[in-house]
Amino acid sequence: MNNKPNLTIERSSVELTKEDFVSDQMVKWCPGCGAHAILSSVANVFPKIGYRKENFMFVSGIGCSSRFPYYVNTYGIHGIHGRAAPIASGVKIANPHLSVWMATGDGDSMAIGGNHFIHIIRRNIDVNIMLFNNQIYGLTKGQYSPTTPMGSVTKTSPQGTIEHPFNPGELVLGAQGTFFARVVDTNPRLMTEVMFEAAKHDGTSVVEILQNCIIFADKTHDSVTNKDVRDDRQIVLRNGEPMIFGKNKDKGIRLNGTRLEVVTIGENGITEDDLLIHDSYQQDPGLHLMLAKMAYPHFPVALGVIRAAMYPTYDDMVEEQISYAKVNSKIKNVDDLLNSGDTWEIK
Amino acid sequence: MVKTKSNVIQRDEVVVKFVGDSGDGMQLSGTLFSDTAALAGLDLATFPDYPAEIRAPQNTIAGVSGFQVHVGAKKIETTGDLCDVLVAMNPASLKSNLKWAKPGATIITDEDAYDESALKKSGYAENPLENDTFSAYNLVKAPITTLTRAVGKDLGIDNKTADRSKNMFALGMVYHLFGWSFDSTFDFFSKKFKNKPEIVALNKAALEAGYNYTETVEALASVYQVSKAQMEPGRYRNITGNVATAWGFLAASERSGRPLFLGSYPITPATEILIELAKYKSLGAKVFQAEDEIAGICSAIGASYTGSLALTSTSGPGLSLKSEAIGLAVMTELPLVIVNVQRGGPSTGLPTKSEQSDLYQALFGRNGECPVVVIAASTSANSFYFAYMAAKIAMEHMTPVILLTDGYLGNGSQLFRIPKVADLPSIIPPIAEANDKDYKPYKRNPETLARKWAIPGTEGLRHRVGGLEKEDVYGNVSTDPLNHQKMIDLRDAKVQRVANYIPEQEINGEKQGDLLVVSWGGTLGAVMEAVEDLQKQGKSVSHAHFNYIMPLPKNTAEVLKGFKKILVCELNSGQFVNYLKMTQYGHDYRQFNKVQGLPFTVTELTRVINQTLEEK
Repeated sequence: MNNKPNLTIERSSVELTKEDFVSDQMVKWCPGCGAHAILSSVANVFPKIGYRKENFMFVSGIGCSSRFPYYVNTYGIHGIHGRAAPIASGVKIANPHLSVWMATGDGDSMAIGGNHFIHIIRRNIDVNIMLFNNQIYGLTKGQYSPTTPMGSVTKTSPQGTIEHPFNPGELVLGAQGTFFARVVDTNPRLMTEVMFEAAKHDGTSVVEILQNCIIFADKTHDSVTNKDVRDDRQIVLRNGEPMIFGKNKDKGIRLNGTRLEVVTIGENGITEDDLLIHDSYQQDPGLHLMLAKMAYPHFPVALGVIRAAMYPTYDDMVEEQISYAKVNSKIKNVDDLLNSGDTWEIK
Repeated sequence: MVKTKSNVIQRDEVVVKFVGDSGDGMQLSGTLFSDTAALAGLDLATFPDYPAEIRAPQNTIAGVSGFQVHVGAKKIETTGDLCDVLVAMNPASLKSNLKWAKPGATIITDEDAYDESALKKSGYAENPLENDTFSAYNLVKAPITTLTRAVGKDLGIDNKTADRSKNMFALGMVYHLFGWSFDSTFDFFSKKFKNKPEIVALNKAALEAGYNYTETVEALASVYQVSKAQMEPGRYRNITGNVATAWGFLAASERSGRPLFLGSYPITPATEILIELAKYKSLGAKVFQAEDEIAGICSAIGASYTGSLALTSTSGPGLSLKSEAIGLAVMTELPLVIVNVQRGGPSTGLPTKSEQSDLYQALFGRNGECPVVVIAASTSANSFYFAYMAAKIAMEHMTPVILLTDGYLGNGSQLFRIPKVADLPSIIPPIAEANDKDYKPYKRNPETLARKWAIPGTEGLRHRVGGLEKEDVYGNVSTDPLNHQKMIDLRDAKVQRVANYIPEQEINGEKQGDLLVVSWGGTLGAVMEAVEDLQKQGKSVSHAHFNYIMPLPKNTAEVLKGFKKILVCELNSGQFVNYLKMTQYGHDYRQFNKVQGLPFTVTELTRVINQTLEEK
């Protein structure tokens, strides 16, 4: 794994600060919305990433999350519903020297844009996707989304939803994703750390942010994020470290046969040596999928970088093919092309 | 090369049609025939006519594939109404195409193909070669299968393989009819089957055998001689409309200095544009085959924002899917060319047939007040020029442009006089300079009303665009009622002002008279030929063919004013005539419409124009 940011993107010659990325537009998210914390994390992490401020670019679709580009001072496109991924793909392919970020939500990318979401991941285009998962349609005022837990009562499911929700991590890995991380909006420090890792990753990175919608799905992630219980219901995965969690740091994850299992250190002869060591760079996605799927009440929810495997990126391969063709093709300009093949002179 | 005892007939033009099963290689026969004609100095136009299925059931009418070539010593404007020579490889193809043969036409057919099962599938009760079905024609029945297999046997090639060269035997027969040389066709075999010398030998031998058979049995009572066409001096090539479109964009990219990006999804009959542009990475062209039509256009919008000449290519149903994204390009005022190679609709419609029925969709098919520039190419060859102009207008005026072509133009071919890129009009996109203190995202050029193109990476120009209504000049999100009205008016005026930068509408004929025939897009050749014939007969009829649809040329009102009646001919139910009625009042409009997936014939146009002249 390299620790260098993408070399094709020009670095800033001066030190940047948070203020360099603050836009002059009024932020119109509801007070208490989890999106504020995400905006703040981005403004904190962009100067650390170190690219020229003109080389950052934000693309979004439609929804509360997708107002994001207006609130951060970079180049940006606020797109149409579900289509942030193809717009961002076009941006990155056309200009690989940009650091391209996508702000999207569970409606935008899991429902109307589901097709584009899996295909950008499959192609491994170097775009950083921030998936705001609040498990609800906020901007249209409270309809269930593809990630709303089954049985939830919403405006369009007065008797409870009868749909099986997506786990975004499963979708990402099913689409051959090379980077998947999960964070919660209540932990800005982890969010900043993970976004930096996402920026470093060459290829499509997806950071799922468990975000609270204070108006239409308040406390939707409470079973995982509530201060009183979170230490027992979350596990922060860090590369090379054993999978330990719990208020008393006495719980861990081990592999029992083909399945994961929660164990208590010190019980039944279990020691730290029995626990899994996290390897996010592992190419085989099998264990990553199991970790991404862990859910309350049987497991803690996995946070941090779950997968960061290295594969060639689409945008790099485009440039390679172009360089090769420029050297090897006989057609160097359009006049060459027009006169190629069978042509004849009429006098 | 002609050395038979046959009569030599001098002709100004000849139409040849090759028809057979969709696996019979008719497209290849037609293409090779065209290439040889072009090298013999003839002008030409071609059109492939094939079923939507790749291999429909053998020997059925549904599976018939055809390729029509019109060659001549004069300027060739159409692919021809009816053919002089019909090469039909089986009964089904003969049955379904006989209506396209002139009375007395030469029909070349494979008599071995008329077995009981093939006759039954084609709907012939008895073998038509053995009764007087074709007594009005010059029927040449040859044992093409038997003789091609014999050629194969001599080379040690099995029957199944040999059968694939039946089309070359038939082509050899046609070459005899014209007395043409085999050189370019032989060259083609050598290149195409470079690693299969036995196939090269088989095809050469089959072609020669067809030629020699015709000569030996004196199968043809007469042969054609078509003298060289009088054409503007220069270097020429044969080109299809889809290739010409792709190349026009490449030229525009080079001339403007903006890298080309195509985001597209395969769809008949537009796919060749995607295929063609994918070949030219050496020219820096980036081609993205997207997961769907929507992703195609959205990727192009992303590329446009970053400073590329951005394109998306499609056909009718694909344009429907792109509608919402075209609105985004209108709102963000980004340059974008959307090519619609029109086909028969609605819905899946007639994918391999041609129509002009997407005009309303191009003009109006979006939510909100959403004007875009609409341009239509009118020949396979001038698709190059109109693609170039579409790109020029999109970039210089910062607007989406819809370029309409159609299946006939796209798949059809014509001779193309090769231009020099340096001689094409300049393209100067309004690119914002780094650290421009006066830069505002929606500040406009007072003449064109185009905003500036501020390319990501440029210092001092960070800004956001998007689909929400924009505040005039500053480009921030605005819901102010009066600002919305102003922006609606500005976006409309920007498109209307393109009229100041396009050529005036020309009239073919007198500027005043009894009747003006109006057409647009791909019907140019047939309408022009019909009108010119009538002009020669002294009829008071002129012709105006429109390529610039939105906005119309500035002098359109002036052009229409000079005529008592205006007859608008189009391959739809009257979309352009209704658009003219909306925008150009006070004229006596008549209309001629046909929606059969077929082009106009000169014959039917002549009849309708005459009728209209006689009507009150």
